[in-house]
Amino acid sequence: MFDFLGHYDVLGAFWKTVQLTLLSAVGSLVWGTLLAAMRVGPVPLMRGFGTAYVNIVRNIPLTVIILYSSLGLNQTLGVNLGAKGFETINFRLAVLGLIVYTSAFVCEAIRAGINTVPVGQAEAARAIGLGFSQVLGLVVLPQAFRAAVGPLTNVLIALTKNTTVAAAIGVAEAALLMKSMIENEAQLLAISAVIAFGFVCLTLPTGLILGWVGKKVAVKR
Amino acid sequence: MSSVLFDTPGPRAKRRNVLYTAGFLVVLAAVVWFVYSALDEKGQLAWSLWKPFFTGTEAYTTYIWPGLKNTLEAAALAMVIALPLGAVLGIARLSDHAWVRVTASVVVEFFRAIPVLVLMIFGLALFAQYTDVSSDDRPFYAVVTGLVLYNASVLAEIVRSGILSLPKGQSEAAQAIGLRKGQMMRLVLLPQSVTVMLPAIVSQLVVIVKDTALGGAVLTFPELLASANTMSGYYGNIIASLTAVAVIYVVVNFSLTSFAHWLEGRLRRGKKSTGAVLGAQDVVDVAGAAATGADPAGGPSGTSDTVGTRK
Repeated sequence: MFDFLGHYDVLGAFWKTVQLTLLSAVGSLVWGTLLAAMRVGPVPLMRGFGTAYVNIVRNIPLTVIILYSSLGLNQTLGVNLGAKGFETINFRLAVLGLIVYTSAFVCEAIRAGINTVPVGQAEAARAIGLGFSQVLGLVVLPQAFRAAVGPLTNVLIALTKNTTVAAAIGVAEAALLMKSMIENEAQLLAISAVIAFGFVCLTLPTGLILGWVGKKVAVKR
Repeated sequence: MSSVLFDTPGPRAKRRNVLYTAGFLVVLAAVVWFVYSALDEKGQLAWSLWKPFFTGTEAYTTYIWPGLKNTLEAAALAMVIALPLGAVLGIARLSDHAWVRVTASVVVEFFRAIPVLVLMIFGLALFAQYTDVSSDDRPFYAVVTGLVLYNASVLAEIVRSGILSLPKGQSEAAQAIGLRKGQMMRLVLLPQSVTVMLPAIVSQLVVIVKDTALGGAVLTFPELLASANTMSGYYGNIIASLTAVAVIYVVVNFSLTSFAHWLEGRLRRGKKSTGAVLGAQDVVDVAGAAATGADPAGGPSGTSDTVGTRK
């Protein structure tokens, strides 16, 4: 029943999914944290930019953003992100699109984390003469991150599932493999079971492990 | 503006802020200039490419409106089917019988762990092999099936946390006056939790609208995004078409988000409810998906006073 597996590189496709997930996760964590810092910062223009970015990006489908980066950025404007060859270019474009999209949610998760830090912490930090970046970097963010592990885990799980959208621009990850397997083989249920099992294997442990970590590092108040 | 994170700016801080603003403006201007000049160089800013969206209605009546209609139809249908399914699953997860509880939990966790796109691709093949749905209708059926399977499990979690967020006194009082379990759920808990979770449900609608775009890109479902593709084939303006479609998505979803926000604020202020509101922000925790709605507080407001967050 499962002998069709020999003809396809299922593990390779899921490895692509993992790569997409990890690279985008790192990128969107950095960019999302910067956005969150802008949104709570003292400079009005940066605050406005952060708010506008989050509100616009969150309301556009990820598919549109990924198509933008492929059809607009690459095919119309000729941006290659320093890569050669169809495969690598599309992979990098997909990572770029995923970062642009996911960082809006990372920003909101971190802002929610900042909201859980008691006002007294920031007030005490200001009272001993720390400036904004010190208040945020030394006192508030370290505590906010510990509270944000839970929401960030959810963002990471959503990101893992969202990497399938890269199939829309031909990145050879799990969903695209599933599509071509279904077209060529007859065992629909077996194929779907394999792909579904793969995603369950990726997302469930992430949730369980990081959920445990989140409880472990949470600041007890 | 002042916040707990920084002091009200004095003369030196004001000067520094002006400096930061100027620096940020320069970076922003550089990015805008890069995009502008690149677009201009490729002739993408020619008026003829953007004209269809500003003059005449042809682009709207032939391409955008039929696409938008399909998008909204699929989203609405998916919501209408997923809501009762989700309610049943959510209540089943609270059942006293272990086998009902465990079965519902397994179903919910399974479908939450799988990408919508995989469910849609599965649906498309399923309808092709086992039913006689015509090949024109199949993408629509597949999109709705995928959305229903996924969102029913997300809504199940919303329903569950909505019911759990009600004060314990409600179910205790219901038991005290001798209601049976079914009556308690039907007459006391569910009606109250509906108002509690209404904002979260509206926010989930945004996720559904966004996910229909997957059907257009991968499954040849003629929704809004796919209509942008056909439209750009006709006008030869892929960037302009994508932009027009993106603006429409933002308008539709932003109104839904704002509505959810307004609803949340109204319910939270209202005296009739028990005071528990499942906010849009909580959906992120519940769904782990692309939910919407921000916490209205810009800066840190101390411990969150959101009742819905206690689980």
